[in-house]
Amino acid sequence: MQFIVNGESLSADVEDDMPLLWVLRDELGVKGLKYGCGIARCGACTVHIDGLAVRSCSIKAKHAADKTITTIEGLSSDGALHVVQEAWIEKQVAQCGYCQAGQIMTAASFLLINPTPSDDDIDQAMSANLCRCGTYPRIRAAIKLAASKLQKA
Amino acid sequence: MADFGKIARRTFLIGSVAVAGGVAFGYYAINRPHKNPLADDLEEDEATFNPWVKITPEKIILITPHADVGQGVVSMQAALIAEELNLEFGQFETSFGEPSPAYYNTALASAAAPYMSTDKSAPAEMTRALMGSLFKLLGAQVTGGSSSAPDTFEKLRYAGAVARETLKKAASREYKTPVRDLTTRSGAVILPDGRTISYQSLAASAAKTRPANNVTLRPPSEWRLIGKSMQRMDIVSKSTGAIAYGIDLDVPDMVHAAIKLNPRQGGELLSYNASTAESMRGVHKIVPVTNGVAVIADNTWRAFKAADAIKAEWGAAPYPADMDEHWDTLSRSFTDDFLNNKWRDDGNAEKALEDGADIETEYRAPYVAHAPLEPISAIVRVSDNAAEVWTGTQLPRFVQVNVAKIVGCNPTDVILHNQYSGGSFGHRLEDEVVKRATEIAKTVPGVPVKLTYSREEDFIHDFPRQIAIGRARGAVKDGKVDTVDIQIAMPSVIDSQFSRQAMSAPPGPDDQIAAGAWNLPYDIPNFRMRAYKSPELAPISSWRSVGASSNGFFADCALDELIHAGGGDPLEERIRLTSDKVARNVLEVAGEMSNWGSSMPSEHGRGVAFVRSFGVPCAEVIEVENTPTGVKIHKVYAVADVGRIIDPINFENHVQGAVVWALGHAMNCEITYADGKAQQNNYHQHEGMRLYQCPEIIVRGLENAEDIRGIGEPPVPPAAPALANAIFAATGKRLREMPFNKHIKFV
Repeated sequence: MQFIVNGESLSADVEDDMPLLWVLRDELGVKGLKYGCGIARCGACTVHIDGLAVRSCSIKAKHAADKTITTIEGLSSDGALHVVQEAWIEKQVAQCGYCQAGQIMTAASFLLINPTPSDDDIDQAMSANLCRCGTYPRIRAAIKLAASKLQKA
Repeated sequence: MADFGKIARRTFLIGSVAVAGGVAFGYYAINRPHKNPLADDLEEDEATFNPWVKITPEKIILITPHADVGQGVVSMQAALIAEELNLEFGQFETSFGEPSPAYYNTALASAAAPYMSTDKSAPAEMTRALMGSLFKLLGAQVTGGSSSAPDTFEKLRYAGAVARETLKKAASREYKTPVRDLTTRSGAVILPDGRTISYQSLAASAAKTRPANNVTLRPPSEWRLIGKSMQRMDIVSKSTGAIAYGIDLDVPDMVHAAIKLNPRQGGELLSYNASTAESMRGVHKIVPVTNGVAVIADNTWRAFKAADAIKAEWGAAPYPADMDEHWDTLSRSFTDDFLNNKWRDDGNAEKALEDGADIETEYRAPYVAHAPLEPISAIVRVSDNAAEVWTGTQLPRFVQVNVAKIVGCNPTDVILHNQYSGGSFGHRLEDEVVKRATEIAKTVPGVPVKLTYSREEDFIHDFPRQIAIGRARGAVKDGKVDTVDIQIAMPSVIDSQFSRQAMSAPPGPDDQIAAGAWNLPYDIPNFRMRAYKSPELAPISSWRSVGASSNGFFADCALDELIHAGGGDPLEERIRLTSDKVARNVLEVAGEMSNWGSSMPSEHGRGVAFVRSFGVPCAEVIEVENTPTGVKIHKVYAVADVGRIIDPINFENHVQGAVVWALGHAMNCEITYADGKAQQNNYHQHEGMRLYQCPEIIVRGLENAEDIRGIGEPPVPPAAPALANAIFAATGKRLREMPFNKHIKFV
């Protein structure tokens, strides 16, 4: 099967039903997305398919084949940071950091759809991503900062 | 005697240059420095001043032996060294280093001594010093118990200072300039004429220089790093996806493994049938392991799938099969036979309650999982009489010993590469995953095996937080709290943890059965606290804040009920009862921050709680609203006094995280057993807090306490009682059992 990952076309000999999470991590060596729950309850494995945030643990390989897949490694281009990553660094969101790639991918996709979110919008958009360290106050602040950076840009 | 601890630490530090070790007997011998672990692999032109600093012509490496499970302790340890060594962030690398007995944890050892942390009496100090020796003898390089800051605050600064002064001595000799005319700045020695000599260029001559042993630490007024917010060294890589955790590592020629263990913890494997699994794609081998079966395959998912396909017959659980029996066992433990210690007996509670009590209550805390987001994993390669291990662990020396036992080699022949971990909360104080990975790896010598637990295996084979029951009776007199009589029963966390290390728990009472309840700073005329050690139940482990996570809830809620029974104000009465200045101030600041006493709309309520754990007094005020669809937590004000705040941003992050942790579990988490099996196996059944439920959390750190303390755990215990007390204020309903969603809905 062919997968377009961060602009690169890669092939993997995998079963139709192997979750995209494991295709990327174990077969293609892309490790920024994380395994957390395997049942779409934590969001650590979030990637973009055709620009939309999805849970890669619950997408079968055959449904991701030939699609444009973006992981945290491909979120920014030319070595620059994505505005959401800039905000994440500025607000020092991460503690253990294991959920943060998924949080950032969800936030980046969400801000594309809703660049001027209310507090409630943020709560709605981000509540399917679990953070066991409890960085939620900083995630909120970072999204607001990213939104204001987008406004100025 | 009061300075005993300080002297011991200094002796250790100044003697910590390469000194041959040898077997140690007796106190004096135990107190001798351990061999320097970095000296073994030094090249000719490299110098090592002590086990925390390594300088080569190419680079400076700071060794940060405390495990980083998300708490930012790598950056903190580096900052303490860099403060005295005059290094800037960016001028050095860090390494977890080789496990070594020289990194024994002085602070954890002193906290293990059963005296109130504020007790500076001679017996208390002496016991702490002896416990320190015990831990040093064991070489317990353990990260936990909120001990990293107190453990390292002095010794790492000394390490930096010794390195700095030794580099100056080397420069003095090389440039024929008196040491007193030399200064250091930004990774270099500065000569009087302004020339800068980099530390790296001095490495070779410093190696031949006798280490400076008469150094003084800078006064706080001269600190460049400590006390100022810093950017954690891992913050960029954790925002770009570049950081690799243990689960992300690949080793050449590595194979993957998954495991299916008896879902009854510690129960045996009776038989299994792997005929389907054996023929599945990618499966190399099926091997029995202790209490289960493992699959070796070419991919994690294929290994998981094959493990699922194995059919097994499992033996019975070595503990009661059903939850009712666990609770009944605790209920039956409130007798003299199980009395572990009477921790406090001020006044005469027995007599004061002869004529009846104003409150008589019972509280319960359930088993709770750690479930950090990164499932546990380990890579192990076994070869002839040696092994190599890659995993994130908080007890690296124990891992070496346990792997060595299985392999049949010396612990020193087990090379351990410690890794960043995606959370722990106590989970990585256990090393069963490494033991199982070693058993698997032993069947394929020379091949590195990465064992990854599925989330489900991680959940059901977690060693959860203890269950506990607290009973309280109390009386008021003239509207004031007069008598508090608290009894707590739980199984021993320490006994359970030590049993998995084939060790006996230290002698004496288990302080975690009473932690957070006996050491309240209140001057209550009659105050008794008795701790009961129940028989062992399900295997348990340290869960962020350990005993205090249940006991703080019991003791503070009981006090709150009593204050209400007397018609007092919850905050004012707590303050009135507190003569300890530091603790009292914490409560007063919490009152000011939250504007305690100001009016609130109807259906809103405010609760306060105070717990002292790991030596840190911490108060939290919580505001909730009883909405038509459930309770909404609006705000949390949290105040803690740790003596000295090393990094204000990380401090705030810790407190906010601890509050979210505690509230989430108090709201909706428990592990229950049926037929001996944990009934919760993923986050949908043990969710914790979600972002939409997260209150605004306003944090204040105070620095009035005499000793520096860690902040990882102390904000956990007050959160659940503050929430329960706030819900009472808003709804009139008392919650005496966690998780609270058994009795009330949250939105």
